[in-house]
Amino acid sequence: MMTGRAIPGRRANAPAPSPAPAPREPAWQRAARHPLLWPLVTLALILAVNASLNPGLWHLEWRNGHLYGSLIDIVNRAAPLAIVALGMTLVIATRGIDISVGAVVAISAAMAALMVGGQLQVVNGQPVYLSRFPMWFALASALAVAAACGAWNGVLVARAGLQPIIATLILMVAGRGAAQLLTGGQIITVYYPPYFVIGNGFFLGVPVAALVALAVWIVMSLLLERSALGLFIQAIGINPRAARVAGVRARTITICVYAFCGLCAGIAGLIVSSNVKSADGNNAGVLMELDAILAVTVGGTLLTGGRFTLAGTVIGALIIQTLTSTIYAIGVPPEINLVVKAVVVFAVMLLQSAEFRRTVRAVALRKGSVR
Amino acid sequence: MRRKSSAAVAPPGGPFGRAPAEPVASLFSGGPAAGHNMTDVQSTALNASGVVKRFGAVTVLEDVQLNLRAGEVHALMGQNGAGKSTLIKILTGVHAPSAGRLSLQGADIAPETPLAAQKLGISTVYQEVNLCPNLTVAENIFAGRFPRRGWGRLKAIDGPRMLRETRELLKRLNLDLDPAQVLGRLPVAVQQLVAIARALSVEAKVLILDEPTSSLDDSEVEHLFAVLRELRRGGLAILFVTHFLDQVYAIADRITVLRNGRFVGEWTPAELPAPALVAAMVGRDVTLASAADAPAAAGPAQAAGTAARLSLKDFGAARRLHPLDLELRDGEVVGVAGLLGSGRTELARLMFGLDPADSGTLAVQGVTERLTHPAQAVKLGLAFCPEERKADGIVGELSVRENIVLALQARAGLWPCIRPARQRELAQHYIDLLGIRCADSDMPIALLSGGNQQKALLARWLATAPKLLILDEPTRGIDVAAKQELMNEVMRLAREGMAVLFISSEIDEVLRISDRVVVLRDRRKAGELPRGCSEAEVMRLICEPQPEALAADIAEAA
Repeated sequence: MMTGRAIPGRRANAPAPSPAPAPREPAWQRAARHPLLWPLVTLALILAVNASLNPGLWHLEWRNGHLYGSLIDIVNRAAPLAIVALGMTLVIATRGIDISVGAVVAISAAMAALMVGGQLQVVNGQPVYLSRFPMWFALASALAVAAACGAWNGVLVARAGLQPIIATLILMVAGRGAAQLLTGGQIITVYYPPYFVIGNGFFLGVPVAALVALAVWIVMSLLLERSALGLFIQAIGINPRAARVAGVRARTITICVYAFCGLCAGIAGLIVSSNVKSADGNNAGVLMELDAILAVTVGGTLLTGGRFTLAGTVIGALIIQTLTSTIYAIGVPPEINLVVKAVVVFAVMLLQSAEFRRTVRAVALRKGSVR
Repeated sequence: MRRKSSAAVAPPGGPFGRAPAEPVASLFSGGPAAGHNMTDVQSTALNASGVVKRFGAVTVLEDVQLNLRAGEVHALMGQNGAGKSTLIKILTGVHAPSAGRLSLQGADIAPETPLAAQKLGISTVYQEVNLCPNLTVAENIFAGRFPRRGWGRLKAIDGPRMLRETRELLKRLNLDLDPAQVLGRLPVAVQQLVAIARALSVEAKVLILDEPTSSLDDSEVEHLFAVLRELRRGGLAILFVTHFLDQVYAIADRITVLRNGRFVGEWTPAELPAPALVAAMVGRDVTLASAADAPAAAGPAQAAGTAARLSLKDFGAARRLHPLDLELRDGEVVGVAGLLGSGRTELARLMFGLDPADSGTLAVQGVTERLTHPAQAVKLGLAFCPEERKADGIVGELSVRENIVLALQARAGLWPCIRPARQRELAQHYIDLLGIRCADSDMPIALLSGGNQQKALLARWLATAPKLLILDEPTRGIDVAAKQELMNEVMRLAREGMAVLFISSEIDEVLRISDRVVVLRDRRKAGELPRGCSEAEVMRLICEPQPEALAADIAEAA
């Protein structure tokens, strides 16, 4: 009893934690530490370089009820990558990686193209396009297969305990094979105009693909913000054992995250195949996994898992697409295209490394003091 | 004895029969005369004065001084979060001080990296052994500066020389070890000694030991102390951080106390008896309470008639725990005593569904349950603070707030999410209730000191309002005052009707807090003792092989 009463009293008397409040730091200092600062700076730099060589960059015009311009083009082309990278962000946040997304893009594209197919028939003198299956069913099937591919990865990682890079390597190879089987090694052409809307259409003057990417982003943000999913994913990524002890269903969540990543790759596959009006099992989504991982890291999410940023990933995808567009716009010969890209990516990664910036600052200061 | 008699009746003013605040002050003012004499005799090895360290808005060290002399063992004492670790990190070049100066044998130094500090002659052994378990003893000792032989750029590691020098070094430390043995196969205590050997293999003038004894048993501590005495005779200056007061008086020549990031004073052990030392560290008196002091009518008696909160029957798992029976009732603290590897942690993990049990039953309030995931245990009102705080407890990069709400949110599921405002409110409630020291609840938990992390973990589980709380070594690596606060809190919770399973390797702690003590030995239950049993009785159960256990072993072997 005695002690019971003594405790609260003592707590009240206990000295408050000593830290003396330092003056509140100015806004610019807080901004300088904002995680999105360096990705934004990078994007601005690349855009500035592009604009200086290609004065038409900022030009936007309204033509045939659509927005046209280089920027719109960049956003449109970045859409599939952004969607794949958004799914990849969550996987990376759980301390995993998914290198099978390119193959899943191909599977989804092949699946949709096969099921939509399409042929021209003349009915009562009017040309009518027919699809093999109803289009909604074809799209749903393609997405379901893509999500199942992701779930397979998740099961291998969370249940079988395989290392993520190995687990997804299986599907990276096998999935590409499956896509080639589906297409019979051929390029399957789609003849069904409604399908082309996804990759080429405009809604209210804005490209549908960009709107789809925006929708994925918004849905994910809401999901992560309104539910505890974000907290759980971070906890799993930082300390899976502790998350389990705290009662977090780490395995289930991990499987769901991989399945969602597969679903994102599926959506991207639809956009890609719709854009080129065909499905190519050999080349659709090739090396897309690497671009997606690059977009995530350039955006500021660490490969070590834990803290992640969706906005950073979207910016990362825009950076990569802007870079590609810039290289084309400048007229770099195709054979040195990749080298230029590599050099720029290298520079971007250095710029984003806090360690490197510190070194540079230290060198600059030492030079300054010598003079 | 003194502890017990003082606890219940003593007014908050003086549990030790002395008023510590005054002696501390007078000792400090009276001290310098004696101190100066000593300084003349012994030359200063490492001196820090006016050291200030700020992390962003938080000042963790304010005008701290430390005077370490050659040929002495100097104990650095303070509560968790007092700034001991930060000071050590400054001395060893991990952090740069915001202000103040460091000098080594009279010359100013400013080590920028741990390597620079090491080159200056300041060697450190950290609390957690950070060697490579996959390398041999010799490789660990020479890692980074292997002796080479050969010509020009093609130099190979001189293996025989490395082994030879390691053997000499180990001999100096009275360690009988094969230098070619892989480190990971050795007991942690020996690894700790290897870490010290590594620290000494460079020309060290100063040796800093950050809680080297927290994972050692008594004989190992004695061995370590023998080594330290030998080194002290050789003129080495040793800075020693520990939470064990008896060890301070066993070896230290001088004590420096920090509190809340400030220097409190420097004394010799003779000037500063243990109660005064505790008072100096805490800045107030510590009430050492025990279950025996609580009114006898407390919890368990009331609950005796009702169904047990949790009952185990023949509950066990192959290779982890021999089947045992155990009942936990509301309002009761059951202590678990036993040596390392006696099955204490295994019992807790099985009960919480972290490992699968393969025999017997577990019933919560009479209803048999099969636990396969901690989430189920949490839903049933169980809570578990694991032994390995870093590996199984904290989620380091997440904030204190997120760490505190994690279990509650996990029990609630994905949706609805606890609103940020509510999270902050909850976190602040427990920060105040348990006295967690942090700048604010959005600070990453990894930046907190060990004891505060432990409190935050307790807060995580209290937030779920558990019916049964399992604490596995909750007091490891935290200081006396925090320990006592924690134990007071546990007893308060039990009085409010919570069932508590308290696992600790410190028998006196278990005895002080428990209504009943369960003793484990060799992964089986050796016996159960009522409240008021003596340490000797517990020790007898811990050490003596039980006839039936022996019989079972023989049967198994056959």
